[in-house]
Amino acid sequence: MAEIMKMSILRYRPETDEKPVWQSYDVPYNHETSILDALGYIKDELDPTLSYRWSCRMAICGSCGMMVNGQPKLGCKAFLRDYAGGELKLEALANFPIERDLVVDMSDFIAKLESIKPYIITQEPRSLDDGCTTQTPKQMEQYKQFSMCINCGLCYAACPQYGLDNKFTGPAALALIHRYNNDTRDQGKAERMKFINEEAGVWGCTFVGNCSVVCPKGVDPAAAIQLGKVESAKDYVIQMFKPGE
Amino acid sequence: MKIIKTDVAVIGAGGAGLRAAIEVARTHPDLEVALISKVYPMRSHTVAAEGGAAGVAQDHDTFDNHFNDTVSGGDWLCEQDVVDFFVKAAPKELTQLEHWGCPWSRRPDGSVNVRRFGGMKIERTWFAADKSGFHILHTLFQTSIQYPTIKRFDEHFVLDLIVEDGQVKGVLALDIAAGEAKLIQAKSVIIATGGAGRIYRFNTNGGIVTGDGMALAYRHGVPLRDMEFVQYHPTGLPGTGILMTEGCRGEGGILTNKDGYRYLQDYGLGPETPVGEPKNKYMELGPRDRLSQCFWQEAQLGRTVEGPNGDYVYLDLTHLGKEFLHERLPFICELAKAYVGVDPVKEPIPVRPTVHYTMGGIETDGRCATSIKGLYAAGECSSVGLHGANRLGSNSLTEITVFGQVAGEEAAKNALEISHGDSQGLLDQAQASLAKYQAIKEFDGDEKVADIRRELGLTMEEGVGIYRTEEAMQATIDKLAELKDRYKRINLKDDSEVFNTEWLYAVELGYLIDVAQAMAHSAILRKESRGSHQRIDGFEKRDDENYLKHSLAFYQGDAQPKIDYSTVTITKSKPAERVYGAAADQQEADKKAADKLSAEEK
Ligand SMILES: Cc1cc2nc3c(=O)[nH]c(=O)nc-3n(C[C@H](O)[C@H](O)[C@H](O)COP(=O)(O)OP(=O)(O)OC[C@H]3O[C@@H](n4cnc5c(N)ncnc54)[C@H](O)[C@@H]3O)c2cc1C
Ligand code: SF4
Ligand code: FES
Repeated sequence: MAEIMKMSILRYRPETDEKPVWQSYDVPYNHETSILDALGYIKDELDPTLSYRWSCRMAICGSCGMMVNGQPKLGCKAFLRDYAGGELKLEALANFPIERDLVVDMSDFIAKLESIKPYIITQEPRSLDDGCTTQTPKQMEQYKQFSMCINCGLCYAACPQYGLDNKFTGPAALALIHRYNNDTRDQGKAERMKFINEEAGVWGCTFVGNCSVVCPKGVDPAAAIQLGKVESAKDYVIQMFKPGE
Repeated sequence: MKIIKTDVAVIGAGGAGLRAAIEVARTHPDLEVALISKVYPMRSHTVAAEGGAAGVAQDHDTFDNHFNDTVSGGDWLCEQDVVDFFVKAAPKELTQLEHWGCPWSRRPDGSVNVRRFGGMKIERTWFAADKSGFHILHTLFQTSIQYPTIKRFDEHFVLDLIVEDGQVKGVLALDIAAGEAKLIQAKSVIIATGGAGRIYRFNTNGGIVTGDGMALAYRHGVPLRDMEFVQYHPTGLPGTGILMTEGCRGEGGILTNKDGYRYLQDYGLGPETPVGEPKNKYMELGPRDRLSQCFWQEAQLGRTVEGPNGDYVYLDLTHLGKEFLHERLPFICELAKAYVGVDPVKEPIPVRPTVHYTMGGIETDGRCATSIKGLYAAGECSSVGLHGANRLGSNSLTEITVFGQVAGEEAAKNALEISHGDSQGLLDQAQASLAKYQAIKEFDGDEKVADIRRELGLTMEEGVGIYRTEEAMQATIDKLAELKDRYKRINLKDDSEVFNTEWLYAVELGYLIDVAQAMAHSAILRKESRGSHQRIDGFEKRDDENYLKHSLAFYQGDAQPKIDYSTVTITKSKPAERVYGAAADQQEADKKAADKLSAEEK
């Protein structure tokens, strides 16, 4: 038979709650129950007023980020079995304003992704008649990992720097710059260097590395940031010797 | 209520919606686009597609081959002129995605690689490992960012279309976080809201895939076409329904029953091909409808494995080796480990059929136009005539880009010819519609949304599943009428205006029930077996004389939908028997011989 887990959730309904309050639920679970399944049980059977985001339930849409016992996780890829015997505390993702219950305001994060020109830039438009660009598996290796980001925001919740000052461009967006800068099809690196060089760019990072630890997709944004620092330093030297600028 | 004026409103920011928006922005910088989605674009369910997108890519392949595979795969219920356009546009659109940065998997020489897929005669499925949909969606989203004329309305839920004098005039959208409704007045509207798989209990779809756009168009009198054709994917994980892509079999995976026997050879898909040597259109590379039916037959014979989440068979990839699996199918390895505790490198994966795709949808012509002027539909929500009675895997990722482009082009053209009229009448309409939806919060009764949703999933599985009988379909039809009635007595507890998901789930449930009715009623009247619609009550054969036609479901409010029919466009492929395995080779040889004979006679 199913075991029972006590789950405490930090509730916040802006129209009625002055500040967030904890609420507990007893949830039956088995070996396969994910935290997202458990939330579904609460919503369907115990308390329909609980709000949270979800869709794919297979760790690819990036909707269901939340703090699980203080750690940023995807609800659909964390399982009650791993917390057996203990208690579960769920909160909205850290470092983001809470909109309601487990739903945070993601707009700053989305704006950061949009700000860094995350698309292929070419000097001359490519014609479809020329067919596909050639790119060897080895060339693809240079950026592939950094294209795996599902925009879940866990790395921002784990980043102390972003927590201190949200002007910092942050891990996922910096990794995305790296993704395009290292794609052989792209010629927009020069335009993007300013986002790397600026104070809120890579130099905002004090290399804590939590982002890569919590990333559910192995993107390793910390590595992208380190590589960005190397690029930025080189860029600085080049700029110094450019005549007339 | 706030009024926002735009030129083209796009409902849905999945693959089809994004592609449409980009097309308008790219070709008409003077036109403004409102791109509206109930979730952030990259959460759209295109993100979950794994296997890949079909388009002719090799010298020894032809458009005719892709055409023939699609038309016979669809059991001749496809609009052949549309298929013809589609197969020719496919490689161009997939190349366009490449130019925009999609990381298609490559051969060592740097050219784009293609893989085998079910029902495809020659390898033509472009793939990005086993995250093809994820990469397509993120590529399109990121590409869209460079166009300042695309104004996004993220996390805005479209509650209704605004139609006046037979012409679409805009949409009613709700800002989910603010609880604020807006009238988005538009000259053209494109519906790109995806499928409706959540009607069923076990499915591969995300929670947001609730048939919204289908229901919206349907409620405004646009027919839903071919809704009885619902695709079961043969390989979902028991319990969750999470998909194990057909790419697993394309790369050489095999299906075995509880005795370790490759049972597909017993059902006209053989002879057995050697393990590790997959052969196009044989055995595991047969089409989805057939494979799902074989599972059902095996279960009847007691040769499937019993499990707590229903019977299953095995998808065995172990012979492919760790290195290959981690390169080609890394996501599959990750999913199987997380959700059923199986490492595909070492053990076979338990799988069972699960609802996957809606072949039918909003009726459009070959240029995505619906029967309402200015209203277009593209992607899984639409029925443009491509899939017929059964979709071939990897045709729909291509569909969203090919027809997303077309819808964008047509919507822009229409918007250029029209100017905005007076807003007041539209505003009144929007206000009245909003009041109707708000009233759901005040329904009197004690029915639970979750109960109705659960019973809906169950009854659809029982009546409109892999095999169908009149009796079971009638029982489902009766049940749906009951659920629709009980829906009027649902009791909602949440009266908040901020991110009120209880209310939105209830709105979605209303859409699900309407679309389910269109499916069930279309199904019971189709007295034949074709593609994914298989009957075992005396109508086991295809009946071209009476049913080589599309079904059209018309909404009738509280009454049952009215079902009508329309003709199928046949250009160059006359209906023939649909065969796979050795029988297909025989059929082709016979046809060649006959063609040669008739040529000699001339
Ligand atoms: C697990 C899985 C794997 C698949 N694999 C493949 C494959 O390998 N190859 C292949 O060809 N096909 C595959 N398919 C099918 C294919 O992925 C889909 O048919 C296709 O991606 C649908 O795209 P779309 O743009 O039509 O809809 P979606 O991507 O579902 O987008 C729908 C959009 O509409 C929005 N929306 C819906 N309702 C509303 C509303 N009321 N208000 C506002 N916005 C709304 C949503 O927010 C979303 O943005 C797969 C499907 C699944 C489920
Ligand atoms: S880098 Fe990783 S943790 Fe950060 S948003 Fe992307 S997937 Fe999530
Ligand atoms: S529900 Fe999609 S990532 Fe969890």
